[in-house]
Amino acid sequence: MESAVIRTRGLGRDFSVGSQVVHALRDLTVDIAHGEFVAIMGPSGSGKSTCMHVLGCLDTPTSGEYQLDGEDVSRLGRDDLARIRRNKVGFVFQAFNLMAGATAQANVELPLLYSGEPRVERAEKAARALDAVGLADRRHHLPTQLSGGQMQRVAIARAIVNDPGIVLADEPTGALDSATGREIMALLDDLNGRGMTVILVTHERDVARYARRILTFRDGRLITDEAQDRACDAVAGDSPESEASPG
Amino acid sequence: MTFSDCLLSAAASLRSNKLRTALTTLGIIIGVAAVIAMVGVGKGAEQRIDEAIQGLGENVLFVRNGTSVSGGVRGGSNSKVSLTKADAAAIERQASAIAIAAPTVRTTGQVVSGNSNWFTTIFGVGDAYLRARDWTIGEGRTFNPQEERAAAKVAIIGETIVEQLLPGQNPIGNIIRIERIPFRVIGVTRPKGESSWGRDHDDVVFVPISTAKSRMNVGERFRGRFVRDITVKARSADLLDAAEQQIIELLRQRHRIRPGQPDDFYVRNIAQYLEARAKSERTMSMLLAAVAGISLIVGGIGIMNIMLVSVTERTREVGLRMAVGARGQDILLQFVTEAVAVSLIGGLVGVILGFGGSLAAARIAGWPVITSPFSAVVAMGFAALVGVFFGYYPALKASRLDPIEALRHE
Repeated sequence: MESAVIRTRGLGRDFSVGSQVVHALRDLTVDIAHGEFVAIMGPSGSGKSTCMHVLGCLDTPTSGEYQLDGEDVSRLGRDDLARIRRNKVGFVFQAFNLMAGATAQANVELPLLYSGEPRVERAEKAARALDAVGLADRRHHLPTQLSGGQMQRVAIARAIVNDPGIVLADEPTGALDSATGREIMALLDDLNGRGMTVILVTHERDVARYARRILTFRDGRLITDEAQDRACDAVAGDSPESEASPG
Repeated sequence: MTFSDCLLSAAASLRSNKLRTALTTLGIIIGVAAVIAMVGVGKGAEQRIDEAIQGLGENVLFVRNGTSVSGGVRGGSNSKVSLTKADAAAIERQASAIAIAAPTVRTTGQVVSGNSNWFTTIFGVGDAYLRARDWTIGEGRTFNPQEERAAAKVAIIGETIVEQLLPGQNPIGNIIRIERIPFRVIGVTRPKGESSWGRDHDDVVFVPISTAKSRMNVGERFRGRFVRDITVKARSADLLDAAEQQIIELLRQRHRIRPGQPDDFYVRNIAQYLEARAKSERTMSMLLAAVAGISLIVGGIGIMNIMLVSVTERTREVGLRMAVGARGQDILLQFVTEAVAVSLIGGLVGVILGFGGSLAAARIAGWPVITSPFSAVVAMGFAALVGVFFGYYPALKASRLDPIEALRHE
């Protein structure tokens, strides 16, 4: 049985800027298995964001092959990519990207709107997702009535509401203070413990420590791919979520 | 994304910026209200003229007696009588463009039945006159030639006379007294209603012209062969001008008027005048409706403008929606729905205002305004079309955004 949920072969993404061609991602060959917790690291301009966009099907590669969950997605059109994002990937952003006029519940329901779920089931699933991130009692709050950490939790609930299998988190703690950041990381670790594949983009070592595998990029190339022990346990230890997780 | 989800999300986004939504709809409101009011006013004017023409009878000309001039003093119409029954007969017989020429005299008087009485106009006419003016007999019958010749004391009465003198009775066979002379009612005319300037067409009594001349006070001048006027019906609307020419030629010849001398009669072509007025009013209201239509389009451009701003402002939202799985067509549908919702709300308010304005114009200014549900439906449909047309481009722009760029947008 193929256990790799993400499998890329020689994946590349070029951008033309004027007459110049920028190789934002070169020759990426990597397998990521179900249930892994991977951090993508590197300095600005190293290609880690491009890598995440391509892996998250927000962008299409200009060369190479990419199989997601056994499906070749490297040559798909816009609508098919939207379908993949809808069903298989959940995004968490640095700036939360919640809709200001909508309640937490409505924000979490958003992905279900596009998968054509009936209203009642939408509400149920969203409630369950909010419950999973510990915000069951904040369902009817607007983003402006929530703290940064709570907003990011709503965003995580939105990412998992479709039960996507993969969560892609782009600097999820970048806009938060360190204590709140640790809570968010503990939550992602918890999700990973429940079988979710989590891919994290960050430039902070402390954050990357939660992952079990670190991919480091420089100049568009993957330069190191190293496993790490539960080095994060010491850091995550003070958060109740991680104690509860089966780890 | 189902249609109702689409509507809900459009409603949410329109609510989130109420002032802007209101201002955007304003353009459509004004356009739709103006279209409805203008069409209403135009239709009202048209109908008023149609009624006037109908009251007159189709293709009717009136030949009247001319004016006397004595010592430089002109006497006004009928001051010099020259038209005769024989003139009428000649016109009908000799003028090819003319179907009917009916001589008439007229007086006013008190009409009495039992203990009711009523002051009305009495026409001395023949059956030909009734046909010329498109009067039809509702009950009973029209005059027969015998009655017309023998000055029979029979009358045909209008609906109003029935209501005033013989309410709830079968008027046929009843005796009414006109200026103390008993007349037998032989017919009732079908109602023509009121003219829009308030004259009741049905407040009328017809008696044979011979009867009126010999028994009633129609004025000394009309005792003999002279008549007050001749009502002429042309064979068709196209022949009205020809009919007028033929009458003038024939009467000048019959009245032995030398070239250069003025006519001793005149011909009034009211129908043609009314037609011309109807045409000009129609043109005017079409023009106004066109201007109103243009303002609708300007309103549409307003929608487009605001939608473009809105798409730019909400670029990140669009990016997010795409990231969580919205397809281009979902985004397209969402923004088009918003534009159509704005224009339909505007259309609805505009319809209400347009109808209200029309009613106010009718009530306050006394204009005859006709509003129809049809014009409301057309206006709403047009508003929706404006929404789709002007909302499509901004929506397309949104739907073609690159999700990554959109998410990065500040």
